[in-house]
Amino acid sequence: MPTRFPLTIRLLHWGMAVLILAMLFVGVGMLSTAGPAYAALLSLHRPLGAALFILVVIRLTIRLQTRAPPLPEDMPSLQKAVAKGSHVLLYAAMIAMPLIGWAMLSAGGYPVKLGPSFSLPPLVPQDLQLFGLLRTAHTLTAFAFFALILGHLSAALIHAFIRRDGVFSAMGFGRSRAKSSLSSSEVDG
Amino acid sequence: MKHPRPAAIAAVVAAPAALAVAFAWAGGWIGPKRLGGGAIADALEYNGGSHPGYRRAHAKGLCFTGVFEANGAGASLSRAAVFEAGSYPVFGRFSTAGGDPFATDGRNVFHAMALQITSPEGEIWRLAMDHTPIFPVATPQAFVELQRASRPDPATGKPDPAVMKDYLSRHPETKAYQDYIAAAPLPDSFANGTYYSINAFRFIDSAGEARAVRWSFEPETPLTVLDKQRLKEVPTDHLFDDMRERLTHGPVRWRMKIVVAAPGDPKSDATIAWPSDRRTVETGVLRIDRAGPEEAGLCRDVTFDPTILPAGIGLSDDPLLPARSAAYSSSFRRRAVETPGPSAVGKSLGAH
Repeated sequence: MPTRFPLTIRLLHWGMAVLILAMLFVGVGMLSTAGPAYAALLSLHRPLGAALFILVVIRLTIRLQTRAPPLPEDMPSLQKAVAKGSHVLLYAAMIAMPLIGWAMLSAGGYPVKLGPSFSLPPLVPQDLQLFGLLRTAHTLTAFAFFALILGHLSAALIHAFIRRDGVFSAMGFGRSRAKSSLSSSEVDG
Repeated sequence: MKHPRPAAIAAVVAAPAALAVAFAWAGGWIGPKRLGGGAIADALEYNGGSHPGYRRAHAKGLCFTGVFEANGAGASLSRAAVFEAGSYPVFGRFSTAGGDPFATDGRNVFHAMALQITSPEGEIWRLAMDHTPIFPVATPQAFVELQRASRPDPATGKPDPAVMKDYLSRHPETKAYQDYIAAAPLPDSFANGTYYSINAFRFIDSAGEARAVRWSFEPETPLTVLDKQRLKEVPTDHLFDDMRERLTHGPVRWRMKIVVAAPGDPKSDATIAWPSDRRTVETGVLRIDRAGPEEAGLCRDVTFDPTILPAGIGLSDDPLLPARSAAYSSSFRRRAVETPGPSAVGKSLGAH
């Protein structure tokens, strides 16, 4: 059984964590202002969202082809179920957010501009009511996503500092507990 | 499980809490108050009353379709595809200012023309123009203040004079605009109005050189005006009925003129007109062929956000541009979750 996630998953996890938080902050930030930052944040939001969609597709593909380290045996089964369920929801949010955003802009008749001369084709036909639905869904999913991230972070910190059971280091880059028994030359090699 | 150290508990609590606080700050729910698109839409609703399903500004409208026939001259200023000689499909919307979708046309207010011009590659340019070369305010903050100050008193139908006086004492630019619109001729038709870009934009040519520009669409139809002393006698849907009637006799045309700023011309203040001797390039003819009620047209279910620009055109530093984008977006979002009602034109045609 592996004690850590594969390196690609760990790199994607931390890289996407930064980008996703940036994305959520940009999202609520741009709605808070009608100043010059609005236009700047909006033009950042779309390409960042598209990049995150590509990254989550890569990540999910790798995740489904590799094994995750098992949760500690002493964890209650309810906690294990919550952990698994929340991870499924986190993946669902990562996939849903960019797709909702893309579909929402399409339904609203907006060009889905990723850069000065690059746009995506519409994902759904133009439809005012569908726009309203997706626009609401985009906000609600974003807040649910942020709440999930807060829960995920809290659980990760409990594993790291209180339970100290190796769950946190499974996503880390330092010496894992399993490997700490190895000699340094083997780790370096 | 070992007994956790206080520092460990502090870390577990503090990190998510700090993230949540930072998120609340980014969203503007805590910290210094920010003016967002929602607040602008609120101010418009405060001024114009509640009209669910309709645009929060320029609620009364008419959809049209036509073409933009570019003569090729604009290509010297912008590499936007729609300035290369050729015909490009257009749809758009005529409207009058205010939040009431059934307001009477006998008012000395903005007549507006909004357009979408589409390039052969599907690139979209949205334009939202008014029939005055200047705007009453220069900033979104002043816009919100003006909406609040100019709210019609339900008893008199006019803004509270004391509130308005106080506002105008702090906003000479709005006073200047009011003087302008009081004296300026009020077109008696959408067809004979000149429509102005309001804001400055940046045109980028094929060599990458950028110039600040404004533009106007000047009618081929000669100007005839409404008598401002007898506006009460103007039929409720006069402008809208007139436009539909005119188009049954043939297309109506405007010439698009790009005005290039000289050094020192204000590029971020829509309340100040540029001198009339600036270099002007005529780039083509807008031909409108057909008009019809919003519920049967293309114009209702989009927002004419003037920051939706093709490559070759960029935003200026005018603070009204991002504010218009944010406010139109809020208005669009609100009406999209409401049920759109019939337009004034649709109602009079029985077409809803």
